[in-house]
Amino acid sequence: MFSLSHITDLVNAWLYQQFPPTLALLLQFVIVGILVITLFSILGLVLIMMERRVAAWMQLRLGPNRVGPRGMFQTVADTVKLIMKEGMTPNGADKLMFNLAPYIVMMVSMVIMAPLMFADGFQIWDINIGVFFITAISSVSVIGILMAGWASNNKYSLLGAMRSGAQIVSYELSAGLSIITIVILTGSLQVSEIIAAQQTGWWIFKGHIPVLISFVIFIIAVTAETNRAPFDLAEAESELTAGFHTEYSGMKFALFFLAEYVNIFVVCAIGATLFLGGWMPFHIGSWESFNHIMDYIPSSVWFFGKTFFLIFVIMWFRWTFPRLRIDQLLNLEWKYLLPISMFNLILVTLMAIMGWHF
Amino acid sequence: MFEEVASTEQGDLVINIGPQHPATHGVLHLVITLNGETVKKVEPHLGYIHRSIEKMCESLSYRQFIYVTSRMDYLSSHINNHGCAMLVEKALQIEIPSRAQYIRVIMDELTRLASHQLWWGAMAMDIGALTPFFLAFREREMITDIMEETCGARLTMNYMVPGGIMYDIHPDFCKKVKEFIKHFRSKIDEYDELLTGNIIFQNRMKGIGILSKEDAISYGCSGPTARASGVSCDVRKIYPYEIYDQLKFDEVLATEGDSFARYQVRLVEMHQSMNIIEQLIDNIPEGEIQAKTKAVLKLPKGEFYTRIETARGEFGIYVVSEGGTTPYRIKFRSPGFSNLSALDHIVRGHKIGDMVAIMGTLDLVIPDIDR
Repeated sequence: MFSLSHITDLVNAWLYQQFPPTLALLLQFVIVGILVITLFSILGLVLIMMERRVAAWMQLRLGPNRVGPRGMFQTVADTVKLIMKEGMTPNGADKLMFNLAPYIVMMVSMVIMAPLMFADGFQIWDINIGVFFITAISSVSVIGILMAGWASNNKYSLLGAMRSGAQIVSYELSAGLSIITIVILTGSLQVSEIIAAQQTGWWIFKGHIPVLISFVIFIIAVTAETNRAPFDLAEAESELTAGFHTEYSGMKFALFFLAEYVNIFVVCAIGATLFLGGWMPFHIGSWESFNHIMDYIPSSVWFFGKTFFLIFVIMWFRWTFPRLRIDQLLNLEWKYLLPISMFNLILVTLMAIMGWHF
Repeated sequence: MFEEVASTEQGDLVINIGPQHPATHGVLHLVITLNGETVKKVEPHLGYIHRSIEKMCESLSYRQFIYVTSRMDYLSSHINNHGCAMLVEKALQIEIPSRAQYIRVIMDELTRLASHQLWWGAMAMDIGALTPFFLAFREREMITDIMEETCGARLTMNYMVPGGIMYDIHPDFCKKVKEFIKHFRSKIDEYDELLTGNIIFQNRMKGIGILSKEDAISYGCSGPTARASGVSCDVRKIYPYEIYDQLKFDEVLATEGDSFARYQVRLVEMHQSMNIIEQLIDNIPEGEIQAKTKAVLKLPKGEFYTRIETARGEFGIYVVSEGGTTPYRIKFRSPGFSNLSALDHIVRGHKIGDMVAIMGTLDLVIPDIDR
């Protein structure tokens, strides 16, 4: 159907025709960089708007409705306000680390977009260890948070950063183990191959109950990894005012804020890619005409639809659940999720060896 | 009963929570000593919103000082006013018309409902759930609308006068109250669905912040906080005032003394308040709303004390009169102050998150503590 690969191929061919190979490659980097930054800011705007709308809907409110049509430009107005604010660096703070931290967090969430397949043939870098790359890069963001907390010279920030460190490092295990189940079933770390393997059906349907379990664990773990409620201990508002970004203001705060939302998008995109078939349309067995209609829906619509569904679920969590306590949070991971996902991994391995999946 | 004073050791973290902090619901300043995440000691520092209301009352007449008390516990301002009016009536032996008594009790219970609703939302916010706050305010809005119609104000109503109430109820009052009760009865189950049954909420609440019966008594706790520990202390039952002795309602008691018990006691109290209002709303007698009083009130020489059950506990007013038009000395016994004093005892050994949750279940109103 509509494949964006035609456009990308066209651009690629044109660049190599016009310029020497090195320059063409460099130009491609620049184009991709601009695209990622644009996507980053658009995602930030859309997701913050969506968060406010979802929150308002769940809380019997209207949400933003003054700036622009139906309040669409509220986030833009907020961004302008944040840009115009003074970027304060508190006394006694480690200036270099304090100012570097938001950029590290932001860069991580940008780099992590590289192996994501946004639509059929629309991918920045189809690296053969794509999933591994994602898990490896996402662990770097904790360094940015720890730096922010430590360099702020504020006790709330320090506590928030330490909580965040403990939390992200723990929950990465479960998230990683649930990702591995799909890697075992597919036999590849490459994102495009994982999606291609789901042409006959998404893993969540093909993989029986073990994949369903790992999907649930994945959603819980990434909610914790992105510091979202009910696992928002790193910035627990009623306890630590704002946690690790208490001392940040202006654009530096906005970078943390944007990075949080883009991280949500990225983890949901990974979830959609691994478990819900990425851009693959929904097919039912031998219903030829039904499958044909589904094929007509553009692949990017499928991908973004699935991703935004998962984002909605994560927002739903936030506006429904109370926050966990730090010891309960770690108990949940080390005493429940990790043993379950390890046992689940054995089941999936068995399933893959015996070929029990569809 | 005095606990060993926890000393600050090397490696302990001393944190100021407040006076500007989202967890304290006001300008309370807590200096907490932490060992990692575990609270070793909590020192409440008061005085940030001290307006010397007691001293101010000494220069106000017996008609005027009632309304200053609205600014103490602003969530049960009606009940504070009621207590002060009762003190003047007791000292001057004024008989109040029964219509005024009925309306006073209905208003008190509406205030209690509104206060508990706000507490429910604020406490949920303390443990990180933001949506309950909006649900609670949806219902609270109906009460404030009723209050606005009859009293002319939404928060500090100033409706009580010595000898009765200031003006008669609005013609729509009974209808609106009945509508509200019907609406709230159908909505209070939502509170349970959203929060009470939640597994995270129960884990955060059960077995946390246990206040034993002995401690509750020795710290002078009152109201739902003490009743959750099994202390029978409902002034409406023990020293009935107005028409509470003719009403059928239960004193809500629990024995666990933990955060969840305090939560449950308040939720059940809301049901009890609705029962009380339902008993009264159809039978408000016709007649006067104020007893005849002199223009200038002079209390006889002596000491007077009245107590009343606010939404937070026992509110006591102690007046020393020299026979003049103003009190010689006034002392208020505010429930929040005593309840706060138990905080250090029950929080020790818990995590910071629990400290905030426990503070939420104590239902502190800071202007009430500082006065």
